[in-house]
Amino acid sequence: MPALAELIAQGRPAGPLRPWPRIIAGEKLWQQLIARLASGRATLLGLWGEAAAVHMAILDEGARYAAVATYECPEGRYPSVGQSHPPAIRLERALRDLYGLEPLGLSDGRPWLDHGQWGISQPLGRNPAGPGEVEPYAFLPAEGESLHEIPVGPVHAGIIEPGHFRFTANGEAVVRLEERLGYKHKGIESLMQGAALDEAALIAGRVSGDSTVAFSYAFARAVEAALGIEIPPRATWLRAIMAELERLANHLGDIGAICNDAAFALMHAYCGALREHVLRTADACFGHRLMMDCIVPGGVSADLSSRGFETVRQLVAMIGKEFPPLIELYDNTASLQDRTAGTGIISPALVRQYGCGGTIGRASGRAFDTRVTLAYPPYDALLFNYDIPLLTDGDVNARVWIRIREVEQSLALIERILARMPAGAAIKAPITAARGGGEGIAIAEGFRGDVLAWVRIGTDTRIERCHLRDPSWFQWPLLEAAIEGNIVADFPLCNKSFNCSYSGHDL
Amino acid sequence: MRKTLLKGLLNAPLTEGPPPDAGCAAYAAELNRAARMRLGRSLSIRHIDAGSCNGCELEIHAVGNVFYDFERFGLRFVASPRHADVLLVTGPVTKNMREALLRTYDATPDPKWVVALGSCARDGGCFAGSYAVAGGVPEVLPVDLHIPGCPPPPAEILRGLLALLKAPQETQSSP
Ligand code: SF4
Repeated sequence: MPALAELIAQGRPAGPLRPWPRIIAGEKLWQQLIARLASGRATLLGLWGEAAAVHMAILDEGARYAAVATYECPEGRYPSVGQSHPPAIRLERALRDLYGLEPLGLSDGRPWLDHGQWGISQPLGRNPAGPGEVEPYAFLPAEGESLHEIPVGPVHAGIIEPGHFRFTANGEAVVRLEERLGYKHKGIESLMQGAALDEAALIAGRVSGDSTVAFSYAFARAVEAALGIEIPPRATWLRAIMAELERLANHLGDIGAICNDAAFALMHAYCGALREHVLRTADACFGHRLMMDCIVPGGVSADLSSRGFETVRQLVAMIGKEFPPLIELYDNTASLQDRTAGTGIISPALVRQYGCGGTIGRASGRAFDTRVTLAYPPYDALLFNYDIPLLTDGDVNARVWIRIREVEQSLALIERILARMPAGAAIKAPITAARGGGEGIAIAEGFRGDVLAWVRIGTDTRIERCHLRDPSWFQWPLLEAAIEGNIVADFPLCNKSFNCSYSGHDL
Repeated sequence: MRKTLLKGLLNAPLTEGPPPDAGCAAYAAELNRAARMRLGRSLSIRHIDAGSCNGCELEIHAVGNVFYDFERFGLRFVASPRHADVLLVTGPVTKNMREALLRTYDATPDPKWVVALGSCARDGGCFAGSYAVAGGVPEVLPVDLHIPGCPPPPAEILRGLLALLKAPQETQSSP
């Protein structure tokens, strides 16, 4: 059996994608790639389209090799990946809604993002049409004695994003959960088309607000790859500080919120205070609490002053002191453990099949962290020989512990980044129209997992096409599996421990 | 655990003072007087996300942390629009959420007020003009107050919400 790289080498080289190879795959090669995904010897990283082509990003984890295969489909049809590799199903349904591309052989003909409200169908396809018939969405049936359905959403009871959950329950036990998403679809890919670089960067930073740094990071690196821009060394390291601060803030918030959903408000209060300290530090150092628009194509928009260095150091020292007692509190509270241990389990096999990254993947034994697996600067210099925190239980408890370990590691990382920060006044490389166009792809590790960004830029440096893939695409489906057999009342807890993005997924 | 609890009891609270009055007055001026008269001193708020990027939600959550502790002012978030005085709407209104937003509004008993939070809620922000976006909240509902920012920081959210609570005579006397 040839390695993925050999398989890719059989394709016709396409486009000047940087830094991964991109090939045009004919029918035979496309099917071979699908078979490879289906047999678990490769991981799907993304599937996106344009008016007459489908692109598939695919990864050989062992070899740390990633590539993009393109299937050209002027007729608007392509052999379905999802039919033999389920992680692609929702992506293909979304492609059909947006581009009118038909996945041949996919048995699920239901729309996904298109709820019949846009006044247009296939808005990004070659022939956008008027609105189609609005049919009631057909949830998958569950049959059996004494089963009942509980519809929840799109508007939920808390301060949370909208989405619909359809539970089928037997008494208290969940027999099936089916998600219906797409409520937050904002048409981001269409807004990107033709956008100037700075407008596009603004939008990229607002795909999922909690991961604004990660999205800006991935987007900026894709643009830089496309245009062959070298960024100032100091900017590279500043980006990592921002990324780790974002991870810290979100993990602290999540640990507290998960405990809160298990009715343990004390952790929530303490973790919330620590989170607030992180956000205030970000605000003081970079001028925005969430660090929106701080990473831009070419570098960063805010430098860290010597005062800022001190502020970040103080933050790290403070959390380093305050956090351990909280870990102890979590570990020693039996009533809390009773809720989290053994709840919402996902198997390592499922996580591998879905290529599910982030804390969810690592809590179910998948040693995948793009800072290591597909290391990019400055992490390639920082995390050499790094042990990715890993657990195999795959329950809510494991997902909490992975977050705890990652908080500790981010704290240590920030110290090391500060210590190695290169001097220099330059934090942003200029981007000029003269550079011409190009195509770039990049990945960045957000707190939720791997964010993938692909861009094609025209000679005028405007965006021709851009696709941003949130890690949630491969996590949402697993929530349906995690809740099975659990009681309905544990759903908020499971959902919180996943903390998938609605906005990032709905685009 | 006992040590942590004890520390919590003995240490001074982290909660900070209320925002200065001047900020609230600016918002209060935007609101119609009748609204303020009728709301009195306590406010039940129903948050509804009409398509945000989720950044605004993060800062609404922050208003509940120990630093801002909005509940001490008589503000609280409720789980159902049927219990609400105020709808706090975030995000551009996506076409896929328009109906849910309208239904939530209809389910809220009168008198009710709509607060639009964030740049997107004002006019769609950077998402305006898309085939999938209906626009800002004013495109769909009558808006009584807008709290600007992307996202508005928690202190700003607090200022805006407190303006709803201010009795008219209080805000009139402030500069
Ligand atoms: S105002 Fe900013 S933070 Fe709020 S939803 Fe819009 S883009 Fe996100």
